[in-house]
Amino acid sequence: MTSPTATAGKSRSRNPLVTVADVIRRQPKPVRVLLGALFVVLLYLLPLLNPPLISPSQSDFGAVLFNVSTYVLVALGLNIVLGYAGLLDLGYVGFYAIGAYTVAVLGSLHAHVPLLLLLPLAALVATVSGVLLGAPTLRVRGDYLAIVTLGFGEIIRLTAVNLQWVGAAAGISNVPRPPSVEIFKLPHVSWNGFVATIDLDNTTTFIKFGVLDQIPYYWLALTVIFIILAGEKRLVQSRVGRAWEATREDEDAAELMGVPTFKFKLLAFSCGAFIGGLSGGLFATRQAFINPESFPLLLSILFLAAVVVGGAGNRWGVIVGAIIVSYLPEIFRPFADYRVLVFGILLIVLANFRPQGLLPPKRTVRARQVDEELEELEEGAAHV
Amino acid sequence: MSYLIHNFAALTGTGLIKGAVYGLVALGYTLVYGVLRLINFAHSEVFMWGSFAAVWALAAIGAGPNPSPLEIALLLLVALVAATAVSGATALVVERVAYRRLIRLKAPPLTALISAIGMSFVLGEIMGLRDKITGWVGLDGTLHLYVSGARDNTRFANPLQSRILFNIGNYGVSNIDLLVLGCALVMMVALDQFIRRSRLGRGIRAVAQDSDAAALMGVNKQQVIRVTFLIGGVMAGAAALLYLMKFGVTRWNAGFLLGVKAFTAAVLGGIGNVRGALLGGFVLGLAENYGSAIVGSQWQDVVAFVLLIVILLFRPTGLLGESLGRARA
Repeated sequence: MTSPTATAGKSRSRNPLVTVADVIRRQPKPVRVLLGALFVVLLYLLPLLNPPLISPSQSDFGAVLFNVSTYVLVALGLNIVLGYAGLLDLGYVGFYAIGAYTVAVLGSLHAHVPLLLLLPLAALVATVSGVLLGAPTLRVRGDYLAIVTLGFGEIIRLTAVNLQWVGAAAGISNVPRPPSVEIFKLPHVSWNGFVATIDLDNTTTFIKFGVLDQIPYYWLALTVIFIILAGEKRLVQSRVGRAWEATREDEDAAELMGVPTFKFKLLAFSCGAFIGGLSGGLFATRQAFINPESFPLLLSILFLAAVVVGGAGNRWGVIVGAIIVSYLPEIFRPFADYRVLVFGILLIVLANFRPQGLLPPKRTVRARQVDEELEELEEGAAHV
Repeated sequence: MSYLIHNFAALTGTGLIKGAVYGLVALGYTLVYGVLRLINFAHSEVFMWGSFAAVWALAAIGAGPNPSPLEIALLLLVALVAATAVSGATALVVERVAYRRLIRLKAPPLTALISAIGMSFVLGEIMGLRDKITGWVGLDGTLHLYVSGARDNTRFANPLQSRILFNIGNYGVSNIDLLVLGCALVMMVALDQFIRRSRLGRGIRAVAQDSDAAALMGVNKQQVIRVTFLIGGVMAGAAALLYLMKFGVTRWNAGFLLGVKAFTAAVLGGIGNVRGALLGGFVLGLAENYGSAIVGSQWQDVVAFVLLIVILLFRPTGLLGESLGRARA
């Protein structure tokens, strides 16, 4: 009877991230709430704090953080499709592009819809396209679905290249910005080595969505992430989430047990598309200029890498993965030429030495432990 | 539409040649998928390395101004050996670095996909940064011919001059066209027969069908996997040479689009099915050409992907179905 706890203890000590999470989980609820709130405030203040070692020396920290937050958002969306429902989607960038183009086309090229209306609209258009793609194609499985979605991503990009109506290869400029509410100014912290001083000359206006200061965009993206996280958590812990996991583990068995798998796959696909479109819209408004070059197939693969590196099926895992995938290249910027090379090496190393991702979902870990125990038992029996 | 009818012969000719190259590259995807059920994402880089090997082999020995037919044949043979050797070796490296450990751990297929994507980046970047990398070790001077302009197109000095042999409709069929098509067909048939008749081929089919059962029956699974990668690599190397003979340039990222197309061809024919790869390649090459004639050449790739989606809707396992394991001798 001691062996399950023993193996659980072993795996916990193997993964420092899980250990920290366990320590926090053991605290009483008020402490946890307080810690969480502190962490959230810290996240919002991060670009103002400019902590040394973390902030990249050569690029604007606010812009980097915005970039990271779009990746996190995208990874959360792709995680629903890939991690929970187990649908290998190689064309996720298509939905991202649809969101961005919706904002750009209706915001500056053919109409002047205000941005706060455009962002939900971008998500909606992406969702509709997700349903349109998913309804016929979700009958194909596994790697076939991968290539179909890859084709879809390329179709979207090439259509954007060739269609004059969406600006063709030249792209669309003057994408609208969110409305600014300039209330007060927040000073940045500047660091001299490890000594912090408050720099009153270098300020960020709350909340002015301008060209120079990227920090408000980061705040906006962060807020969207929290909203999505809350919604996603409720969805995944409901009947829907269980249906997704059942479909992922064994589609035929799930179908036999009365789960309408097709319906749930389509739901997962459109939920993913919704989030993808939303993050695309955010990207477009920050960028203010988009063209088809902004949405290469490579981006799809990076999104996929973010989800798999972190641990598909675990929301904290994919957040960590997205941070790694989007942030590492920033740290490597001094070796700008080699960063793709280093990134490739890291992907190989990570895949080989942590095949389940950095933070695998708990259920997977438990299943593997049971498997290992069974194997040990069988071996023991064979020796007797 | 009138453009299509007017140029039907030319479109068919170039479509078949493109299709042959797609088919040969698709073999690499289809073989690995058939045996391991994994998409070898790094296969496009295997092709690209082979293409550079062919270019450099000819740059190293250099063709005279007016080579005799024998010299041409020799030069092409050297290029072929170089391309297939390098591609085969690269494929083995991919197997060793990106796959072996994961296969042993029985890791989820997604992880293998990520590992292969990483490998694809690494191989592509090493070629794209070759000027810088040789600069570190101080060899960029001596190797200038091979490493300069690492991010630009690299031209292939084709010893065989293109000559129109005869006309079909308004399309002049050149000697290169015939050579490319002939070689591709011969290699396809040879591989098909190899898998159907030889001992190793039987091993490959056995592993494709049920790898554990095959291992119990005394098939060396490790060796079969290695041979599968090697054959895929050799075919990609040959495809690289044929591609260069027809199109004349390569690039550090030349493999990417071609890899996507070849993978599409493999899926179109039924991934895991050797004959399907050839059929898928031809269908894709022809459809691209006809489609682009109808809706405009800038939509060529869109046509290819739309076709893929439509075919998979009606035949969810490709035109011929998955069958490396089911093929009977």
